Amino acid sequence: MIPPVLIELARQFGLLSFLAIGGVNALIPEIYRRVVDVEQWISSAEFAQAFAISQAAPGPNLLIVSVIGWKVYGFLGALVATVALCAPASVLTFGVAHVWDRFRDAPLRAAIQRALAPITVGLVLASGYILARAADETLAAYAITVATALLALVTRVHPLWFLAVAAALGAFGVG
Amino acid sequence: MNDPFEGTAPASVGADELFFGFLKVGLSGFGGVLPFARRMLVEERAWLTEREFTELLSLSQFLPGPNVVNLSIIVGNRFRGPLGSLAALFGLMLMPFLIVLALAALYARFAEFEAVRGATAGVSSAATGLIIATGLKMARPLSAVHWQIPVAALAFVALAIVRVPLLWALLALVPISVALAWRTRQ
Repeated sequence: MIPPVLIELARQFGLLSFLAIGGVNALIPEIYRRVVDVEQWISSAEFAQAFAISQAAPGPNLLIVSVIGWKVYGFLGALVATVALCAPASVLTFGVAHVWDRFRDAPLRAAIQRALAPITVGLVLASGYILARAADETLAAYAITVATALLALVTRVHPLWFLAVAAALGAFGVG
Repeated sequence: MNDPFEGTAPASVGADELFFGFLKVGLSGFGGVLPFARRMLVEERAWLTEREFTELLSLSQFLPGPNVVNLSIIVGNRFRGPLGSLAALFGLMLMPFLIVLALAALYARFAEFEAVRGATAGVSSAATGLIIATGLKMARPLSAVHWQIPVAALAFVALAIVRVPLLWALLALVPISVALAWRTRQ
């Protein structure tokens, strides 16, 4: 007997797979809505922790889904959530790759791509907003978020340095 | 295999090479690995030319799903069919998946310590800042096309403030945006 929560994980993240236009960074508001607001699998604070853990690991940014799955149902939950997010879109991609050349230069394809660009931007900034609401509880935490955003915009410092400095600040009680 | 780019492919890339090539990509980057996929595919192994990479990347970003996952599927399929796709995808995901679960387990084990919770919260705040910076960088080129900023703003308000389900937001916004893009096409 498969535990119902595993089936629900597969269903929720399987549907998200098809909604992930513009990558996983653009998907965070919807993931939050589903796992915190609707299913109530984890709290807002746990969502922020899952995000932090996923950013501290190397690899694609879809790992936040693995951590959420792990919090919900351990290793199996992580596996189901990760596969569910990847598999449907992968099958679609596999199918479309074969016919892509016919549409490569179609004007409608170019129009769709230009149409999705601003939507993706809005979604990524919404991700930032939702994460800030979930992660930043103190003024110092907001300051870290704002300072990181500004410095990442105007300097070419490697992103890991920001995470390392913020971890050190946090460990010593700032933030 | 009915592959659009078959004519320019190198002689042969084995499933094992795909696996290890993408294994390295998976371990290379933090918070997104696309730049490292480009380095491996174009510069280090020369499996793709720059132009081919850009073309395949644009397809990966065009289709739904995690972009680098789509890229691994397309590149794997191109050289070794379905087996190649699986090899590339498993190579990409295997180590990051195990590492992030190890980190999650470590966190659960040591979360009782104030410093560990504080450090995690710090990472969370800074990584949020990085996402905001990414969004703002992506927003820069939008100002050249007059209708794109209002569409981005609508998407932001719908998802961040009103918090409508993403499916509804997309069903409403994508047709409007496609119509605007179509009317203003060159």
